[in-house]
Amino acid sequence: MATETARSDATGHLTRDDRVGLLRYMLLMRGIEERAMTLYRQGKVPGSFYDGFGQEAVSAGAAFAMGPKDRLCVLHRDLAAHLVRGVTPTRILGQYMGRAGGVTGGRDGNVHFGDWQLGCVGMVSMLPDMMLVATGMAMAFKLRHEQRCALTWFGDGSTSRGDFHEAMNWAGVQKLPVIFVLENNQFAYSTPLEAQFAVDPVHRAESYGFPGWSVDGNDVEAVFEATREARERALAGEGPTLIACETMRMHGHAAHDDMKYVDKERLEEWRRKDPIERQERVLEGLGVDVAAVRAEVAAAIEAGVEEALAMPMPDGATATAGVFCEGEANVLGDGQAPWSGVS
Amino acid sequence: MPTMTYLQAISDGLREEMRDDERVFCMGEDIGVFGGAFKVTDGFIDEFGPDRVMDTPLAESGIVGTAVGAAVVGLRPVCEMQFSDFISCGFDQLVNVAGKMHYRQGLAVPITVRLPTGGGFSGGPFHSQNPEAWFMHSPGIKIVAPATPEDAKGLLISAIRDPNPVLFCEHKHLYRRIKGDVEAGAYATPMRARVARDGDDLVVITYGAMVHTALEATEELEGVRVLDLRSLVPLDEEAILDSVRACAKVVVVDEANELCAAGAQVAALIAERGFEDLDGPVVRVATPNVPIPFSPPLEQAVLPSVDRVKEACVELLAY
Repeated sequence: MATETARSDATGHLTRDDRVGLLRYMLLMRGIEERAMTLYRQGKVPGSFYDGFGQEAVSAGAAFAMGPKDRLCVLHRDLAAHLVRGVTPTRILGQYMGRAGGVTGGRDGNVHFGDWQLGCVGMVSMLPDMMLVATGMAMAFKLRHEQRCALTWFGDGSTSRGDFHEAMNWAGVQKLPVIFVLENNQFAYSTPLEAQFAVDPVHRAESYGFPGWSVDGNDVEAVFEATREARERALAGEGPTLIACETMRMHGHAAHDDMKYVDKERLEEWRRKDPIERQERVLEGLGVDVAAVRAEVAAAIEAGVEEALAMPMPDGATATAGVFCEGEANVLGDGQAPWSGVS
Repeated sequence: MPTMTYLQAISDGLREEMRDDERVFCMGEDIGVFGGAFKVTDGFIDEFGPDRVMDTPLAESGIVGTAVGAAVVGLRPVCEMQFSDFISCGFDQLVNVAGKMHYRQGLAVPITVRLPTGGGFSGGPFHSQNPEAWFMHSPGIKIVAPATPEDAKGLLISAIRDPNPVLFCEHKHLYRRIKGDVEAGAYATPMRARVARDGDDLVVITYGAMVHTALEATEELEGVRVLDLRSLVPLDEEAILDSVRACAKVVVVDEANELCAAGAQVAALIAERGFEDLDGPVVRVATPNVPIPFSPPLEQAVLPSVDRVKEACVELLAY
């Protein structure tokens, strides 16, 4: 029950291909976001632009441990989770640009999306709201006696809102198969941790009746391993787990934010802990041709950009359609689950 | 045909759907062993068990939010707010998560939220409100408000079968006061208005408990129609405009606070699309914009009474 630091040795559960896959999803996330930032500066991405630069390991590692029938509520610095589930770079780039072929067809912007056909629910801007939605999905799994689990991400700022408490408490009381991944990136917009909470939220898990684990959020295999263990707990009926991933938001809250409130030395320190370079070093040690992986990813992104730019914008005449579901209610479908260990 | 109270009809509709569809379950505060603050789910736990008659933590955002999660993976939650007033604590989950889900992502959210609404018995500022207009303004949420036992059962069944979030406004003051014939078995009442009493000199347009106030107020007047809206979203615009064409004089009654109430939308609709058919100003009777006070003389001073509605009708008939 006590708060502990999760072990990082995932060697027994990851094949060489799995480990390359983890790098590939992180590279895709970074590459897509960097390319989208360029498109934003060129005026092709309306609104603002948000990214998860430096945090790629948290969404890639956690999503990679999930099964196809598991369900995810994905937040705005978790692009790799969408990629793991099977959303293509083209549709993501179309989404950023508000195109008809983007995941929401222009109904919502940037990373506000989830492909329901791939088992994902898109976030709303009131971030910890999704903790309750994930809790409700887990509640349904338990009611139906299904061996499945739900997972959601949220940030350090989210831990101050009531929905964080309501979800943690509810999940603890009903002992639900849900995984809460706290993405502690040190800042909620400009607000530092010391202005956000008096006690590290990882310790709160114990008071809700389930374990909280601290994990190096820049070690993709450690995040994977902690999530894998949490999922095993969930499927065994042992209830929820809070995984607190320590990481750093390396860019501003959004494109307009110059981050003048962050000390440059601190950024440099975190830059040396970059999750992608770290995984590349691991793979180079195994003899993997990392340059070839990078080249393949870059080509996939460029193809995606071209296809997304060719997508038409949505027709203004459709703006009022679809507020209500008119036919049968659909339900979330199964997602891609590339980890070799998913049964 | 069995006779039931309004409350028994709600229970009956819920029970029919739970028997008929194993995806349907109810969740709320004190609804299991205790049977609910108003006893709508009395005895349900014995028939359906604690999983399907779920006592939840005291957390309204939690109730709505987890219901959304359960719905998108295939269940049909029926949430009970102990009092409709408490939906303010679940507002964000309803308005931002449930209401916008289908438009943004194409994902249906089939949840029903039962809201025991209304005043008239010294419930005070936090147990007497009529919050329906808060949600009329928010896209993606349907709202029904039955006035009779027959409609209470049929509209609840419609709400549960609807693939969207539906707020079911059940008026507390009708629970045990109103009785009527209710068809046995399951039936779905359409979310459209009905003429509660016919007439062609004046129409009172209202919903919920105020239907009974309007019927009583106009009992002795000749030619007054009472139109029971039954559904606020969708709003039966054609039924409203038909009544305006037939009667030419309109009184709109809300128990809710007057400012931007459902009746304000009805009045705006008539101004836009029924103006040529009018033979007098649209008159509104509603609760002024004050919190609902506790003490009986204060509460009676603000809620629309039979006398106030009658006076409004008499004056307009003479116009």
